[in-house]
Amino acid sequence: MSDSRQRQGDVLVIGGGIHGLSTAFHLAQRGVKVTVLEADYCGRHASGVNAGGVRTLGRHTPEIPLALSSRQLWHEMKGVLGDDGGFVPSGQLKLAESLAELEECRQRVAQLQALGFSHEVLIDQQQVFEIIPTVARHVVGGIWVKDDGFAVPYKTVTAFRLAAQKLGVLVHETTPAQRIEQTDSQWRVTTARGVYTAEHLVVTAGAWAGELAAQIGEPVPVHPEGLMLMVTHRVAPFCAPVLGATGRSLSFKQFANGTVVIGGKLMGSLDFPARHGEVDMTRLGTSARTVTDLFPHLKNLGVNRVWAGVEAFTADDLPVIGASRKASNLSYSFGFCGSGFQMGPGTGKRLAQQILGEHSDISLDAFAVDRFEKAALLTPLSALKTATSIPHH
Amino acid sequence: MNLETVDVVVIGAGAAGMSAAAELARLGLQVVLLDEQGSPGGQIYRGITLAPLSRRDMLGPDYAHGNQLAQALASSSVRYEKGAAVWQVTRDHQVSYLREGRLHTLQAKAVLLATGAMERPFPISGWTLPGVMSAGAAQILLKSAGLAPNEPVVLAGCGPLLYLLGWQYLRAGVPIKALVDTTRPEDYWRARRHLFAALRAWPYLRKGLELMRSLRSAGIAHYTGAEHLAVEGDEAATALTFTAAGKTQQVATRCVLLHQGVVPNIQFSQSLRARHEWDADQLCFSPVVDPWGELDVPGVYVAGDGAGIGGALAAAVQGQLAALGIASRLGSINTAQRDHQAEPLRAKLESNLRIRPFLDALYQPKEENRIPADDVMVCRCEEVTAGDLRGFVALGCAGPNQAKSFGRCGMGPCQGRLCGLTVTEVIAKARGVSASEVGYYRIRPPIKPITLGELAGE
Amino acid sequence: MRTDPLFQPVASEVRSTRTVSLTFNDKTFSVPAGISVAAALLMSGVNRFRATPVSESPRAPYCMMGVCFECLVEIDGVPNRQSCLIDVADGMRIHSQEGARDLVYQPVNVLAVEVQS
Repeated sequence: MSDSRQRQGDVLVIGGGIHGLSTAFHLAQRGVKVTVLEADYCGRHASGVNAGGVRTLGRHTPEIPLALSSRQLWHEMKGVLGDDGGFVPSGQLKLAESLAELEECRQRVAQLQALGFSHEVLIDQQQVFEIIPTVARHVVGGIWVKDDGFAVPYKTVTAFRLAAQKLGVLVHETTPAQRIEQTDSQWRVTTARGVYTAEHLVVTAGAWAGELAAQIGEPVPVHPEGLMLMVTHRVAPFCAPVLGATGRSLSFKQFANGTVVIGGKLMGSLDFPARHGEVDMTRLGTSARTVTDLFPHLKNLGVNRVWAGVEAFTADDLPVIGASRKASNLSYSFGFCGSGFQMGPGTGKRLAQQILGEHSDISLDAFAVDRFEKAALLTPLSALKTATSIPHH
Repeated sequence: MNLETVDVVVIGAGAAGMSAAAELARLGLQVVLLDEQGSPGGQIYRGITLAPLSRRDMLGPDYAHGNQLAQALASSSVRYEKGAAVWQVTRDHQVSYLREGRLHTLQAKAVLLATGAMERPFPISGWTLPGVMSAGAAQILLKSAGLAPNEPVVLAGCGPLLYLLGWQYLRAGVPIKALVDTTRPEDYWRARRHLFAALRAWPYLRKGLELMRSLRSAGIAHYTGAEHLAVEGDEAATALTFTAAGKTQQVATRCVLLHQGVVPNIQFSQSLRARHEWDADQLCFSPVVDPWGELDVPGVYVAGDGAGIGGALAAAVQGQLAALGIASRLGSINTAQRDHQAEPLRAKLESNLRIRPFLDALYQPKEENRIPADDVMVCRCEEVTAGDLRGFVALGCAGPNQAKSFGRCGMGPCQGRLCGLTVTEVIAKARGVSASEVGYYRIRPPIKPITLGELAGE
Repeated sequence: MRTDPLFQPVASEVRSTRTVSLTFNDKTFSVPAGISVAAALLMSGVNRFRATPVSESPRAPYCMMGVCFECLVEIDGVPNRQSCLIDVADGMRIHSQEGARDLVYQPVNVLAVEVQS
């Protein structure tokens, strides 16, 4: 699969979101010549329009080592890229609104501790009110991750792009990839603006990656969804951490400019051929209700804009990361199910390591592209049972 | 949330909306007319049903004409809901609005957008200061509240609305300190190729000439070919400076009224992802519509200035044409009946639009007032200057949607209404490409803000 | 904010006899019924409606038709209301918006629930 001789080779990356640009950046740091092909403009889709959560809290256990490693990079981003992407280490807090929910949280934290992970901490009501004094008083406790936070998606993508370009990465926007094929150990990518070739190909094309994988006979059960987000008018600062809830869908944060972004994997609809997430505001009532239940004083806060981004979901809610099992010199990183933003920096680094044949303690087995065929023979929990080891690097 | 089914929803009770709604009702359809104001009339006929006779007289016969439309509406079977702020129209004809703090959604078989026009932004130095308003704003104060400037006012820019306002102020005894006209001799020269058509619209042309004559004979200081307009002041406007005839002028005033034409209000049509085209004469984006006003979104129509600037009379006719198109689509008349009834309307429309090319050429807004210098505010809500925007372009920002992400440009409460055209043109010029290639903001609901409490159904 | 109003009723108009009483920043004004809050404030000498959240610059109405969102004020405790679209009502309490609007929360008496860890 990967070979140390690849260090001299050149790489094509399809998809200019955070995963593609992060991979390109990390490869370029090692002197690899990389060209990124982006269909629209970098950060046009999921990477640039998500809620900005930098979250290790609540992850599926196979993702945790990679997420923790990625989080380290978020904290170091200013030094590495020259721009912190607006990252604020505000901490993330998952609220429990009843004793039953708190019990659920307790079990979760216990499960993680048994696997050797200590980043999620159970806290009580008093601790919640210390962290977020303005929240409604029916909250009884929650899970707290102090080193999580949030960033500004487009700013982060742009930071990666500019840093990558400084290292010599070529970025071609408005260049949609139409066909990929491998001939004589060279990959040929046919785009609307001509043909590009390279020895190694990386597919980080989000909701459009599945179609490319299918072209080389490696179909992946991935489907696109339109996830909705709301942003409000500005309001005086009242909430420092990023908030989630246990019994209902919520992702909630207040930015420095005072606006509040509300999400929580809210399903809009999708016009996939038009590459457009469609908003249906009438479906946002429940989400608005959740916010006003937790912060009654926000009932007069205006919603300024609602949008929907195109995200790729896989059959088991885990991404596809790693080498192709069908073709040589082909790597994937897509299908992050609405949770890929935080993973971007670390996944790009990890994938670059794999392409360069370097060792890493973080296993990518759980994200193997061919797991779906195998999983069809096993129970759905099997993916979770192959819990990965504690990372140390 | 209540979901009710109706035949047609008309959005906007201006010239086109009132006309279309009444016509649709006459054709036997069940119509709901939604408008966010408290009384019908849109902007051109703002306050027409509430204006005392003396005010109507002062504003002139064109304004008073709106009363006919209002009366036709009142005596029709149209369900007219005032104070209704529409915040979403979907491609499958669902219309959601906020009225008296409650949300409603209507399922229509066809939707007519008659949301009209808005004034083109006039980005000059100091245009955000208190005391600077659009001429249309001053006209609305006159129409809806009988208010006029308290002291000598400066009117600046170009276009029929500016001169009309001046004329109305004269009739009301309001002192005008200066008319600072950006129209140059070259503009008359450029407009001459449309002069024949304008002469065929002689009644309109004569009205305009009489208007200008009244202004001149009133002895108002009239500067022409004005350039480098800037408003001075720290906390509020104190003067307008400009150059005219080679001399720099400074006219002291607390009230500066700016105008350089109107442009279609495309928030709804853009939110529907309908096809729009850059109009090189009117220097704005207009939705692409068929002869009945239908967008490339089936069952959604546009009538009036929202489809392209044509004025109130043309808007009323377009409203009737759209009504015929919709009625035929919904089967209450057949195409032969539709075409037959449309024939005289098309002739009338053509006649009403005859003056437009001349006006568009003569009063084309100047580039320096559309693509301003670096220090001028472009996005008023988020305080992004033209220089900031050019900086984004240098970092790779190729269009308005990236500008939103780079610096919140267009992300404020007005959601791009006042900066959209400027941003498109600034980026186009900086990149050396056409406005058409740069495109416009992606517009998303809510088209008017609604609160979390309203959304939650409290 | 200047005391001289920027706008006044046109001389030729018959003054409406119906008036309403409202307050702006706790100062009482008597204004004609049937006009917008923005018009009422402008004729009462209020020339500055708010300070922007970005740079605290003074702003006042620009378009009077609900497009520019410059005329935002707080009315009866609800912020960000477009005053050019709302008619005056007797007893209305209006406040200017100074920078980011502060929505003051009301801390409720806490009934702390015993949590066993």
